[in-house]
Amino acid sequence: MASAAPGQEQSKDRVLALGGSVTEIIYALGEEDRLIARDATSTYPPEAEALPDVGYMRSLSPEGVLSVGPSLIIAEEGAGPPEAIDVLHSAEVAFVTVPDSYSADGISEKIRTVGEALDVEDKANALADQVEGALSDAQIAAVERAGESRKRVLFILSTQGGRIMASGTGTAADGIIQMAGGTNAITEFTGYKPLTDEAVAAAAPDLILMMDRTGDHGAPDDELFALPALRTTPAAQTQSVVRMNGLYLLGFGPRTAQAVTDLSTALYGS
Amino acid sequence: MVSLSPGAVAAPQGSDRATRARQMHLWLSLLLLVTSIVSLAYGASGASLWDALGKLLTGQPLSQMEQIVLWDIRLPRVFLGICVGAALAVSGAVMQGLFRNPLADPGIVGVSAGAGLGAISAIVLGAFLPLGLQALVGDFLVPVAAFLGSWASVLILYRVATRRGRTSVATMLLAGIALAALSGAVSGLLVYAADDRQLRDLTFWGLGSLAGAVWVKVWVAAPVILFATLVAVRLGHGLNGLALGEAAAHHMGIPVQRMKNAAILAVAAATGMAVAVSGGIGFIGIVVPHLLRLATGPEHGALLINSALLGASLLLGADVISRMVIAPAELPIGIVTAVLGAPVFLWILLRRRGLVDL
Repeated sequence: MASAAPGQEQSKDRVLALGGSVTEIIYALGEEDRLIARDATSTYPPEAEALPDVGYMRSLSPEGVLSVGPSLIIAEEGAGPPEAIDVLHSAEVAFVTVPDSYSADGISEKIRTVGEALDVEDKANALADQVEGALSDAQIAAVERAGESRKRVLFILSTQGGRIMASGTGTAADGIIQMAGGTNAITEFTGYKPLTDEAVAAAAPDLILMMDRTGDHGAPDDELFALPALRTTPAAQTQSVVRMNGLYLLGFGPRTAQAVTDLSTALYGS
Repeated sequence: MVSLSPGAVAAPQGSDRATRARQMHLWLSLLLLVTSIVSLAYGASGASLWDALGKLLTGQPLSQMEQIVLWDIRLPRVFLGICVGAALAVSGAVMQGLFRNPLADPGIVGVSAGAGLGAISAIVLGAFLPLGLQALVGDFLVPVAAFLGSWASVLILYRVATRRGRTSVATMLLAGIALAALSGAVSGLLVYAADDRQLRDLTFWGLGSLAGAVWVKVWVAAPVILFATLVAVRLGHGLNGLALGEAAAHHMGIPVQRMKNAAILAVAAATGMAVAVSGGIGFIGIVVPHLLRLATGPEHGALLINSALLGASLLLGADVISRMVIAPAELPIGIVTAVLGAPVFLWILLRRRGLVDL
């Protein structure tokens, strides 16, 4: 129902999306015709990859951004650098920041903010309600599957040089693990940090969660469980590792309900 | 005029080379002019410098887009590129003269590492500053911290390496290595404390970029770098004397200790400021003076001026590449200078050893 006044419409019909979840939301709202460019993290849906790429959202080049001629920029929290954003403000390009939080409420907040920026509040409210419903269903199902014993999940960001970089609290990985009825095996710190082998062994994860990368930092399962740190864990005994696309798993966008279901199924079976 | 002074090292085939070196000023100035114009004329947006100039000449107003792209984005970037390129190349040339070691570079005496530590501290710890203080320094936080970092490393270096008014270059070199390691370790600690957003900022910062060029940075960086470069250029005679050894320089009437002080402070100021505004950009400082010495000989008066000109031109050239190759996105310029500089450096090394004849 994009039936705003012609003048208004025109001022918001060249949209630049910064951040994978923002791009997904714009597609989910059916407003992709207004998209003229995206950032490097916007890789879903596949059609989005055909749009010009203005680079990584935290190191934007002001002229690069202006060159695609946006009239509205919708950015995930943390787009920058600040100098680039200042230049865009002085060029009078409308700039909307979408808050980021790793919870169900966070997702509907994102959808409503994007909808407001695009003047499609009705569609956004409908989508947000639908996503909220799907998410709460997925979470209820996940909790049921989990039952009494919640499995301990270790999210590994990378295993470069045999050193395990794992997720503590306050991250997207922590958020999705909890939504899927699991327990984050690491709660001693916030953010992503390298762990000692002993700490990994002590965390005793039942399952390893990783991003599925096309480039391949992700070691094959055998190599993964041959790491001294992981060899003694319950996860190694059952060879339990789940790999998911990073944007799907950690994006906190419209597909998160499905990601919750996938992860919870991987943890407890269907 | 510096090169005419009695102490100038006019090597055997020298007077001829010295003339060429001074003629080189002209060619390199022209090169800098051309690269500046190219840098101002080309960018992702396709805004045309020529259209804008035409409008200015005929008194028409510029479009808002032209004004922002040319005036607020490209022009400060050109100035900042000139400053940073000149600062890095001159610092490299001064260090190489001072240490009489062709491999010396601000990196070696820990100045770059100290500046880096300052900048990283600001990125990671800036949020913890007492409220008023952060608001007070605002956008200057990172440059100021980097500058303080380079300054502090020079002061520590001095304490360690100076005895009874005499600075031992060998001790300073070793102390520099230790300082760089220490700065690296503390930076590592801060990286460990950083959250993942800050980590990504740090990664990009380390690769270097002129993308953050705004007028404020030009106003902050240009005077400091200009002053440091002028000081450095005036050291040419002294550095020539030093090339013959400290005792010889002393007998030639060069105030050796004072000259070393000035050289080190100039390098600290120039490098600290360059690192502060652009992050880590490598190879300019080591490759540019080498190339010039091959072309026109080791006489420092001409070498320092030529280094400033060529360093500025090369950095502007690299910057044009960095913003055109994957437009509308942009490559960090440190990647470009390394890709261009490392093979040239290797070629210079091979040539010095007589392994290639080019």
